Amino acid sequence: MAEIRNYTINFGPQHPSAHGVLRLVLELDGEVVERADPHIGLLHRGTEKLAETRTWVQSVPYMDRLDYVSMMCNEHAYCMAIERLLGIEVPERAQYIRVMFDEITRILNHLLNIGTHALDIGAMTMVLYTFREREDLMDAYEAVSGARMHAAYYRPGGVYRDLPDRMPQYEVNRFKNEKTVRELNESRQGSLLDFLEDFTDRFPKYCDEYETLLTDNRIWKQRTVGIGVVTPEQALAWGFSGPMLRGSGIAWDLRKKQPYEVYDRMDFDIPIGKTGDCYDRYLCRMEEMRQSNRIIRQCIEWLRKNPGPVIVDNHKIAPPPREKMKANMEELIHHFKLFTEGMHVPEGEVYAGVEHPKGEFGVYAVSDGANKPYRLKLRAPGFAHLAAMDEIARGHMIADVVAIIGTMDVVFGEIDR
Amino acid sequence: MSAKLERLANCLQEICGDAIVSLVTDRGEVTITVAAADYLRVAQQLRDESVLRFEELMDVSGLDYSAWKNSEWTGKRFAVSVHLLSVTHNWRVRLRCFAEDDTFPLLDSLVSVWPSANWFEREAFDLYGIMFDGHPDLRRILTDYGFVGHPFRKDFPVSGHVEMRYDPEAGRVVYQPVTIAPRENVPRIVREEHYGDVGHG
Repeated sequence: MAEIRNYTINFGPQHPSAHGVLRLVLELDGEVVERADPHIGLLHRGTEKLAETRTWVQSVPYMDRLDYVSMMCNEHAYCMAIERLLGIEVPERAQYIRVMFDEITRILNHLLNIGTHALDIGAMTMVLYTFREREDLMDAYEAVSGARMHAAYYRPGGVYRDLPDRMPQYEVNRFKNEKTVRELNESRQGSLLDFLEDFTDRFPKYCDEYETLLTDNRIWKQRTVGIGVVTPEQALAWGFSGPMLRGSGIAWDLRKKQPYEVYDRMDFDIPIGKTGDCYDRYLCRMEEMRQSNRIIRQCIEWLRKNPGPVIVDNHKIAPPPREKMKANMEELIHHFKLFTEGMHVPEGEVYAGVEHPKGEFGVYAVSDGANKPYRLKLRAPGFAHLAAMDEIARGHMIADVVAIIGTMDVVFGEIDR
Repeated sequence: MSAKLERLANCLQEICGDAIVSLVTDRGEVTITVAAADYLRVAQQLRDESVLRFEELMDVSGLDYSAWKNSEWTGKRFAVSVHLLSVTHNWRVRLRCFAEDDTFPLLDSLVSVWPSANWFEREAFDLYGIMFDGHPDLRRILTDYGFVGHPFRKDFPVSGHVEMRYDPEAGRVVYQPVTIAPRENVPRIVREEHYGDVGHG
């Protein structure tokens, strides 16, 4: 009989299914993982240290670059931390806009996760389908902020500006002829809200398409059912949150349990898993997208009926409108002070957590009363999930490691910060 | 919410009141500070006592107080803030502990209580140089292999001490002292109280 050697292999950091720059040192016994040691930090940019040298508002764009597949949720936690330190209330319309974009972001994130997870374990088609819908949602990002990904749309005290009345249009070029452009622009004729409403009408059907491709797919099930099982006790001990916790059967969602903004007025359900394996977490994410769709619809309905301000009127926190700034000396001074010295945030410390698509994203902000944060700690959900890699992957076959990385939904922007 | 916070504060006082140096309720959050000697024991109580039941450790954050308010800091320099969450009772608490020695900050490790503390403590060690007694695997985590220093300390410049480039003569990557000067576009300002208020001059 051939002798089986134990050996160590290096997985990543350039491996396509390492989802970025994960270096995983695997100790193998034949094909079975004996120990998994993730080496992270290859994308460490020192965001927290940089934030200490910038004014509070200058760090908002850094937040987009943390988890670069769910940009606005990161901004949300950061803005919420500042608002709690300042003790200010965000206008109602801004709260609805935030909730709506949080859910758009959730769909964006889960689409990418499910698409790439399927791609990693052999289902090429999924990613093509999910990126089609991501395109529409990124158009919504673009319409509202001018940027498809790194929006910097949420600001302390509200959101940067109100929802636009028209959508950006496709133009004819050498890849798209007139007929294609007309079809693409058909749903983009009205305002952003019209476009999103049209999207929410279409989206449940798209979800059915994804489910046709995956939910009963035999290969998908063979690769995910019973793989990466996390017991509820393990999930709590390892500080899991989001779908990783709910997949193990613990009904915990900050949107329900510790509601922020206007989530307490929304009607939605929280899906939970039973066995805590990769397949259950996939089902949770799928259902969460449908629920997000419901929330977006409720927000659209409210936003249509209730115009109003979208950022606080306090010009020591939020800049004055441009027209006023050009005509009024006082507003000009406010603008100048706000964008040079920045606002001073009262002394204190807060921890603001939001239900980010990946789990609980928390911002721990400590202020000593200066115009810059004294300490900013970002609690990334993926960091806690990846820390449990060794325990979850132990005893699995090497091919299952890929499935486990996929189900953890790791993004190195947030883990390495 | 405030009634709930009061109940939490009372429970904390009752169970680990002897160890609590200070208990602050601010902006809807409860912070308890404990001495380094009681740190591990209090953590154990916070998790196991059924009225508290903090079964999740969400975050461990190192802190360096040496530049607080742009002036001399007289207290202990290094601290950790631990954020705990109870899924059963739906409440949170912040546990803070200062390290006794500024030159060799040492605290007990919480890995035996919550396994999730493992990476968070490695991070605090990497970035602040805080040592954790009883940690099974205290290696650097975010910085480069062979990195020198603890970058999040307040006396560590943002630009760092060394830079890296490819040396064509040596045929490898070399480290050399940084060539860029540190630059601060907006100075850090702490205003005195009531600055700019009407009626306070």
